[in-house]
Amino acid sequence: MVMFKAAFVREWRLLARQKADWLNPLMFFVIVLTLFPLGVGAKPNLLAEIAPGIVWIAALLSVLLGAERLFKEDFRQGTLEQLVAARDPLFPYVLAKISSSWCSTALPLLLISPLIALLLGLSTAAWQAIVLSLLLGTPLLNLLAALGAALTLSADKGGILLALLILPLYIPLLIFASAAVDNATLGLDYSAQLAVLAAMLCLAAALVPLAVLKALRLNVG
Amino acid sequence: MFKWLDPYAKPETLYRICGLWFPWLMTLAVLTLLLSTVWGLGFTPADYQQGDSYRIIHIHVPAAIWSMGAYSSMAIAAFIALVWQIKVAQWAVGAIAPIGAVYTLIALLTGMAWGKPMWGTWWVWDARLTSELILLFLYLGVIALSGAFADRQLGAKASALLAVVGVVNLPIIHFSVEWWNTLHQGATITKFAKPSIDPSMLWPLLLGILGFALLLAALTCLRLRTAILLNEQHRPWVRALAQQSVHKGSVPQTNAGRGV
Repeated sequence: MVMFKAAFVREWRLLARQKADWLNPLMFFVIVLTLFPLGVGAKPNLLAEIAPGIVWIAALLSVLLGAERLFKEDFRQGTLEQLVAARDPLFPYVLAKISSSWCSTALPLLLISPLIALLLGLSTAAWQAIVLSLLLGTPLLNLLAALGAALTLSADKGGILLALLILPLYIPLLIFASAAVDNATLGLDYSAQLAVLAAMLCLAAALVPLAVLKALRLNVG
Repeated sequence: MFKWLDPYAKPETLYRICGLWFPWLMTLAVLTLLLSTVWGLGFTPADYQQGDSYRIIHIHVPAAIWSMGAYSSMAIAAFIALVWQIKVAQWAVGAIAPIGAVYTLIALLTGMAWGKPMWGTWWVWDARLTSELILLFLYLGVIALSGAFADRQLGAKASALLAVVGVVNLPIIHFSVEWWNTLHQGATITKFAKPSIDPSMLWPLLLGILGFALLLAALTCLRLRTAILLNEQHRPWVRALAQQSVHKGSVPQTNAGRGV
């Protein structure tokens, strides 16, 4: 726990000093969302219809964008090597990394979601569904992105490979999250989709950190 | 059981076993595939609804079944490699992945060719089609990851880890797309009750499934053998083998030279 706190505080300090790390994915998210109305036409009905899908695709791309740098700097400096050698602190370190990456990439998305709802002409019900599905779904995005980052840590072409590995794993999440928002726009109940998202999050939160640990140990060797 | 299995984990022994099995598996695979294809294409009655175009089932269904079978065997090998640190299991992951990817591709392409006359379109975003496509992406991810590292052993280990993660995710993907959208017909022969396919069509199909399984096993043996040689090239037994084959290769050549 002490180790977790120390690692978490360190992450926050780094984020406060390198604002580009969390600002760039956020800007990317907003810009991608702006591209859609320009690309498909700005008819309000059409936008409201495709909004759940594009919000979620933009969210998972922006999380993916920030994923590569997750362990890279610590790997280059040798911090990671020391942590692997010390064995015990590695697990709290992984947890701190994942949770702080959620705070830095996904939380800002949640905070600007009212603005997004305005831009895309969404109803309040749809906006609520987007917030709830993002709240349950984005931690899963960060968990899987951390796994991808750990797996490709010492690979030659890390960045694009990371996207190739992780995007197929995002598909179930995308399906349920956009189904929840779709139901909300139609005025239907969407608690079932949220329950499935919560179940997937529980499963991933239990297993993925272990896989990340294993992948880090492999890459540091 | 582990005591009994242990010697097979030794690369040298496994290399010999794969060498012994390969000709038998390959011959049997070619024979059953020929038999099932000829039987299925030429001697089964036409379907009362789909006419002759249903006959692609004899390639489509076995390839689809074993695309998933190959993934599960790959994941089992990956699990063994990660838990018991057995090197040959790790190499087996890399050996099976491309075969599974090709099976998946065959299933997708034959499915498209079947979908065109039956559904009137090459592709629909249906549950089965989508999850099969995602299976292909998972295979490609495993293959890409194993080739992405300068250190071959590290690549093999990382791709084994990814294969295990993928197998956890596979049922989730399967059910999520199932609930999302469905047009594909239900299973015809995996039901525990009486199969809803006529026996005259069932037998060549079962034979085809057996044939694809044998082909998968044979190709895995072949690829595993080369993987073992590649990874063990610095070992004395591989050097001895290489020298042996050089001698063997040179003998008939000199004989032929004398004959002329």
